[in-house]
Amino acid sequence: MKILLKDLQVIDPSSKLNEKMDVLIEDGMITSLGITNSKELKDAKVIELDGKICAPGFYDMHVHFREPGREDEETVISGSNSAAAGGFTGVACMPNTSPDIDSAEVVNLIKERAKNHLVNVDVIGAATLKRSGEALSPIAEMVEAGIVAVTDDGAPIKTASILRSVLEYCQMYNIPVIEHCEEPSFTDGVMNESEISTQLGLPPKPTISEDLIVIRDIITVEYCGGRIHISHISSEKSVELVRQAKKRGLNITAEATPHHFTLTEDSLKTYDTNYKMNPPLRSQKDVEAVIVGLKDGTIDCIASDHAPHSIEEKEMEFIYAPDGVVGLETEVGLALTELYHKKHLTLEQIIEKFAINPRKILGLEIPSIEIGKKANLTIFDPNLVWTVDVSKFKSKSKNSPFDKRLLTGKSVAVINRGQMFYEGEFIKI
Amino acid sequence: MPLSSRHLLGLQGVPREDIQLILDTATTFREVLERPIKKVPTLQGKTIVNLFYESSTRTRISFELAQKRLSADTINFSKSGSSTSKGETFKDTVKNIEAMKVDMIIVRHESAGVPQFLTRISNANIINAGDGRHEHPTQALLDMYSIRERLGKIEGLKVCIVGNIAHSRVALSNIHGLKSMGAEVSLCGPKTMIPKGIESTGVKVIHNIDEAIANNDVLNVLRIQLERKAGSTIPSLREYHNYFGITSERLEKFNRDIVILHPGPINRGVEISSEVADGPYQIILDQVTNGVAVRMAVLYLLGTKN
Ligand SMILES: [Zn+2]
Ligand SMILES: [Zn+2]
Repeated sequence: MKILLKDLQVIDPSSKLNEKMDVLIEDGMITSLGITNSKELKDAKVIELDGKICAPGFYDMHVHFREPGREDEETVISGSNSAAAGGFTGVACMPNTSPDIDSAEVVNLIKERAKNHLVNVDVIGAATLKRSGEALSPIAEMVEAGIVAVTDDGAPIKTASILRSVLEYCQMYNIPVIEHCEEPSFTDGVMNESEISTQLGLPPKPTISEDLIVIRDIITVEYCGGRIHISHISSEKSVELVRQAKKRGLNITAEATPHHFTLTEDSLKTYDTNYKMNPPLRSQKDVEAVIVGLKDGTIDCIASDHAPHSIEEKEMEFIYAPDGVVGLETEVGLALTELYHKKHLTLEQIIEKFAINPRKILGLEIPSIEIGKKANLTIFDPNLVWTVDVSKFKSKSKNSPFDKRLLTGKSVAVINRGQMFYEGEFIKI
Repeated sequence: MPLSSRHLLGLQGVPREDIQLILDTATTFREVLERPIKKVPTLQGKTIVNLFYESSTRTRISFELAQKRLSADTINFSKSGSSTSKGETFKDTVKNIEAMKVDMIIVRHESAGVPQFLTRISNANIINAGDGRHEHPTQALLDMYSIRERLGKIEGLKVCIVGNIAHSRVALSNIHGLKSMGAEVSLCGPKTMIPKGIESTGVKVIHNIDEAIANNDVLNVLRIQLERKAGSTIPSLREYHNYFGITSERLEKFNRDIVILHPGPINRGVEISSEVADGPYQIILDQVTNGVAVRMAVLYLLGTKN
């Protein structure tokens, strides 16, 4: 099938492309770029996309799909639908499922579920068995099954000596170790420690809880090599530590979530559990530091930490409610609203943080917009004003703090693996 | 003039007029408590639920008595611990109770924010009887009532709250209430027991108990308990007593009038010596009696507001 996407602004940072053009796709391949003669294309489906941005497909390297274990909250398919609706053609899912992704069998199960979907679902394996920090999981076996990284997300790798082993073992396969940075002796806290936690009477978690593990990890990687990716970085100090580590030439990368560059701990004043996440929402100066980190490249990419939870679980007494928010369907809108329209990042930089850098970190092929290449595209309208409505989410879960929020910028369509998601539907192309 | 809110979730942001009204109303009820027949028909026909998710015999008895004195119908619901995956959720419990047509819910819970949560899932008037380490407004109101009863005023007084401020729900309510009424509030305790940024509430923090005794009109002494992980904030109860305990030697050193409050239950020989706990400075048992009157006032003002 032929499909002609008309009048797009095509931006591909890898090839420094930034031009208005039509994109012709035949059987999932890009066959023409530039001004096309419509007469020759009588049999093509033409979609007018006047001035919308066409970029390499976006990738979210930190999502929690709840399969296996909590399919009532999210499945591989519902999560992938949510990703497509949010503007992503690829995701990497975290291993804290039930059972954990700590064997090739579970990796295969997820890959099997996702095999016909538009969205590429990559799998991140548990670094240690049952993510308990005691013994290495079968990393080589999981690499053979296709994992792209390892992590014990939910917690950091428990001890420095196991971290060292994981780093050394993973060097044989050149995959990164993704860290959730939180010093375990502070895990009683449920929000950022500050005068606000004091006034709300909620058990606090200080920023040093994050910073201490960032330091440990930097020092360990400096000693034994390997690659560490700091997930959901949220404190000013941690951003500075990563900046310094990068200056020293260490293999450290980092991601930030939309909630950590958009919201502050002030949001917790209503005790709404949709604002309960881990790391917790921090202070204004931390938010500003995360934005500076995104600007100067200290923070390589944006990832959602998409964490679906059922309504019953979230509508709970604050200290008992689980951490996390769904993020895939608000992520692009928040990045454009908070980073592009507020003039912190250019569109090229936004595209790098969504499409290029996460794939670089995971060692995946970076889609480029060229004739003869498979079409792997995200098309978005940076100026579309819309209101978030959680009831319209493709995700099975609705635990978003951004419901009813007005955003500027939204994904319009994604194309990948011979399919297109456009106007709420999947179309074979 | 009615109260400005239909709930009592805490004293943060509660206007002075509201506190004044509660304390003045409590004075009337305090007189009722001295009568041979201590019951008035004010809340006849009203149904009040005491929803206690954390054991607290004293506060519950005080509320219950206040409700009985006002002729309200009372239901007690006690449950301890979390209502997580197994069993009924907190929300379902509340919905069930509400289906029985209750007018008011008194709630005590281990988690801060539960009273606020209740206002979102229930139509009843909500009274916070202690949420996490957040607030315990009726305790602070009865403390203020007792101070006013003893010293004739609150405005301009110097009040120091002594003890584990970080884990106290009484401290925050006292800070907000006392500040609102024009008192000068300071805190005294080991640094490990002072929560971060508490100065933002407009209080001074000191770590020397002699200084606290020397410079204040009132000490509100909080109960010290050994933490779950013993030794993680103070080395021992003995060391606490030696350096922060209120003893008659310390009080006599300064030879001045001072009023000592304690929300109970007392840990004799820890935060306060037996001599002081039974001595002339303390008004601990007055606090208990006043607690019933203050709670009657709060129940009456909220229960007759709509
Ligand atoms: Zn995490
Ligand atoms: Zn995560």
